[in-house]
Amino acid sequence: MNIFGFRISPSSAINLDNVDKERFRELCRIEPDAVRCMACGSCSATCPAAGFSGMSVRKVLLYLQRGKEEEAFKLMSNCMLCGKCTMVCPRGINTRHLILSICRIYDKEEKK
Amino acid sequence: MKEIVVIIGGGIAGLEAASQLLKLGYSPIIVEKSDRLGGHVARWNRLFPDMTPAQDLVSELIASSKDANIFLNTEISFINRLKDSYNIMLSNGISIISKYILYTTGFRLFEAQKKEEYGYGIYNQVITNADLEHWFNTNKDDRISGKDIKSIGFVHCVGSRDEKARNSQCSKVCCITAIKQAIELKEKYPEAEIYCFYMDLRLFGKKFEDFYTKAQRDHGIHFIRGRVSEVSENINGQVIVKAEDTLAGKPLKVTLDLLVLMSGMVCNPDSTKSASMLSLPIDSDGFLKSSDNVFHITSSPRKGIYYAGACTGPKTVPETLAEARSAVLEIHSTITGEAR
Ligand SMILES: Cc1cc2nc3c(=O)[nH]c(=O)nc-3n(C[C@H](O)[C@H](O)[C@H](O)COP(=O)(O)OP(=O)(O)OC[C@H]3O[C@@H](n4cnc5c(N)ncnc54)[C@H](O)[C@@H]3O)c2cc1C
Ligand code: SF4
Ligand code: SF4
Ligand code: SF4
Repeated sequence: MNIFGFRISPSSAINLDNVDKERFRELCRIEPDAVRCMACGSCSATCPAAGFSGMSVRKVLLYLQRGKEEEAFKLMSNCMLCGKCTMVCPRGINTRHLILSICRIYDKEEKK
Repeated sequence: MKEIVVIIGGGIAGLEAASQLLKLGYSPIIVEKSDRLGGHVARWNRLFPDMTPAQDLVSELIASSKDANIFLNTEISFINRLKDSYNIMLSNGISIISKYILYTTGFRLFEAQKKEEYGYGIYNQVITNADLEHWFNTNKDDRISGKDIKSIGFVHCVGSRDEKARNSQCSKVCCITAIKQAIELKEKYPEAEIYCFYMDLRLFGKKFEDFYTKAQRDHGIHFIRGRVSEVSENINGQVIVKAEDTLAGKPLKVTLDLLVLMSGMVCNPDSTKSASMLSLPIDSDGFLKSSDNVFHITSSPRKGIYYAGACTGPKTVPETLAEARSAVLEIHSTITGEAR
């Protein structure tokens, strides 16, 4: 019984001690550019899915590195793989290919 | 006989070097390809961090180097190496033999029309940092003068930090230039909202951070962390700018009357061309390569060849002047060392 009238919600804070770094390292082995993002936001600004779904390659990469995989997957489910983000990335990251690799690697882990 | 030093480039680096060489009793020869001295600084209006009139600095440098031999509208046709000196053939037919050559060939401003998505040369509301300095100097530019300007944007890192533009370097001076110019425009258009779109604010120099605080506190300039991804025009003759506000994590757009692109400093193809005549190495950023970037920034790997100023990378005016003096000192110690 909840006698206090409120519940403690799960913490949304980032705890770097608990981040699963191994999977991200695996991603980096096939996509070394995954760590080269400078968070400029060009990808999100051009993404046709960003306006209504919040999709952002920048955020996906950040979430994966901060142990917020679930949030990253939620965003990625809105990607249409149109490749507009790849055209604008000033760091020359092949973001579309990167998204596919994230799906492959993280999905593979899920099935184990 | 007075030792001759050939200076390639009559910008502030070349002028300062010539004036110091004259004081030490040498005979400098300036070879300048354009029809006037002062390089880029002669095109600027007021200089950060103290808002010094650029014209004052250039006039002073021209006055103190006036006894040098100066060739305007002149380029290097070829240079070849003799036993212990260089034979320099100028485009005006004159040839010079000298043991010492100082490169002060400077930089080139990134050509903003190459970033087509920003609309320079397409939309009438889009200008560059250099155009704005020109307008401050002359008041002549139909894209600005006589217009009702209520909202202004500054795009940082145009052609810098951009692998698609083939320049991954930071140009170093454009963050502070954007803030300087934003304040200057706010003074002219007090009613206007001004937005700076940046990826990182790089305000490394003396008093630069004060400019930033002043822009925020005294002028209400807005700073938006996000790189502009595209610019388009609306039917009212304004431009619409799109970016992600990366701090809010939301796509953002804003309608503007004027957009200023902060074109970066890139290597000058003229300096690479004349460097290739002596097979001087080029660094990974495209600028001339110093014999090392910590201890010997003003020396080249070739005997008798020296560098100063923006030909080896983006520099501010005080850094350029300091390098010119330091290169002259190095040449002087080499000459006196050889005479001994
Ligand atoms: C928009 C903008 C604003 C700036 N404002 C400031 C400021 O307020 N304060 C500040 O400290 N710094 C400022 N700077 C930086 C400043 O412009 C540079 O530090 C300075 O111009 C470097 O001088 P330089 O002599 O090395 O090169 P340059 O100014 O580029 O001069 C080089 C000269 O060499 C000549 N030349 C080139 N190649 C050849 C060749 N092969 N043969 C013959 N001649 C040649 C060129 O015609 C030119 O005259 C600004 C830069 C930009 C882009
Ligand atoms: S590929 Fe996906 S993330 Fe990139 S712009 Fe298209 S929808 Fe957006
Ligand atoms: S455009 Fe490239 S560098 Fe910029 S935030 Fe997106 S992935 Fe990162
Ligand atoms: S100084 Fe600022 S605007 Fe210029 S390239 Fe560097 S980060 Fe971009």
